[in-house]
Amino acid sequence: MSLEQLRGKLFYQGLLLGGVALITSAALAFASRATEADIKAAEAADLKQSLSQVLPGEYDNDLLNDTVTLTSEQGEMLVYRARRAGKVEAVVYRVVGSGYAGAIVCVMGVSREGKVLGVRVIKHTETPGLGDKIEPAKGNWIHSFEGKWLGEPVAEKWAVKKDGGVFDQFAGATITPRGVVKAVKGGLVFFEKERAQLLDETGGKS
Amino acid sequence: MNEKYARITRDGLWNNNVVFAQMLALCPTLAVTSSATNGLGMGLATTAVLVVSNMLISSVREFVSAEVRIPVYIVLIATLVTLLDMALNAWVHELYKVLGLFIALIVVNCAILGRAESFASKNGVADSALDGLMMGLGFTASLVLIGGVREIFGSGTLFANAHLLLGPAFAFLETTIVPDYKGFLLMILPPGGFMVVGLLLAAKRVIDQRQAERADTAAAGAETS
Repeated sequence: MSLEQLRGKLFYQGLLLGGVALITSAALAFASRATEADIKAAEAADLKQSLSQVLPGEYDNDLLNDTVTLTSEQGEMLVYRARRAGKVEAVVYRVVGSGYAGAIVCVMGVSREGKVLGVRVIKHTETPGLGDKIEPAKGNWIHSFEGKWLGEPVAEKWAVKKDGGVFDQFAGATITPRGVVKAVKGGLVFFEKERAQLLDETGGKS
Repeated sequence: MNEKYARITRDGLWNNNVVFAQMLALCPTLAVTSSATNGLGMGLATTAVLVVSNMLISSVREFVSAEVRIPVYIVLIATLVTLLDMALNAWVHELYKVLGLFIALIVVNCAILGRAESFASKNGVADSALDGLMMGLGFTASLVLIGGVREIFGSGTLFANAHLLLGPAFAFLETTIVPDYKGFLLMILPPGGFMVVGLLLAAKRVIDQRQAERADTAAAGAETS
């Protein structure tokens, strides 16, 4: 029987579909195994890099393995702790703000004194060309949080200028920076509330 | 033989352009062309997938029954794109961070299935590879054009952030067309994409008509003389 005739037969078509599914699944399973370790390593390096951006300075512990999970209003918070000689000098965690087009996921680093060391947006869906100035590659705005804490500016001033605060908004995009400012403020409130836990200074009670 | 390759090239780049003639792949087109750089990224990633998928489909075309060809092609293309996605993520992670967003969109790009169905399933491997390349380049050119127009009117720049996609060597592409531009939000949002695609489409039709008229008069002139 020639290939031409065979192609019209129902059993051949069934076998063909099954064969294609089998081969492609096998290829995907094989590729998934082959790339898994490298993808994990690349993602860990990414995470480490984004953590180090909000944590200026030298720390002598492995951030990725020194974590504590706390519950906050936003749900479970995974906190990375940076130590020097065993003492927690700074903590990093993620905060989520609500922007114009969905969630804005940020990581923020906070020193043990409660000052913001740095904020980076790691995921957002804001309007390109307007709201995306929160990315450090496209504007300096995100650096305006550095060195700020809950006493400077005072709580009412933790807002964009349009709302009477100290942070700039963008031309044509106010909701985006407003969401980020609110998220960072929430992060600092969380830090003050959980300070002892975060700095690992509960006296061995936890 | 050369005649055939020239035709494939002309089809891909102009006559049968993915966006402006076939009107395919409009979803990713409208979604990513808010800047010329994004258009270029999406175009190049699609071109790579189009060449490989056309070659793959063309090399298995003898074995695929007409009745079940669509599911077979879809599974093959989806697998190919997923493999590409995993490989880039694992081994060229820097590039993946830039193109990762586009690769997920390529899976649902009907232009790829369209070429598999209308060209690769009927032609040899080399022809299909050329077709994929030319269709891809035509698509890239369209996306850069649409992205460029939207970017100039929307934010007053051209190729902004090109260094993120192409490396620091291409930073010279980044130009500010209108300094201190306040921005024109409509052009960046999807409706602006529809308008630009519509206007460019009309422009292409006008050019094609003019060319056809000129060819007519030239033919008539040749007859009378």
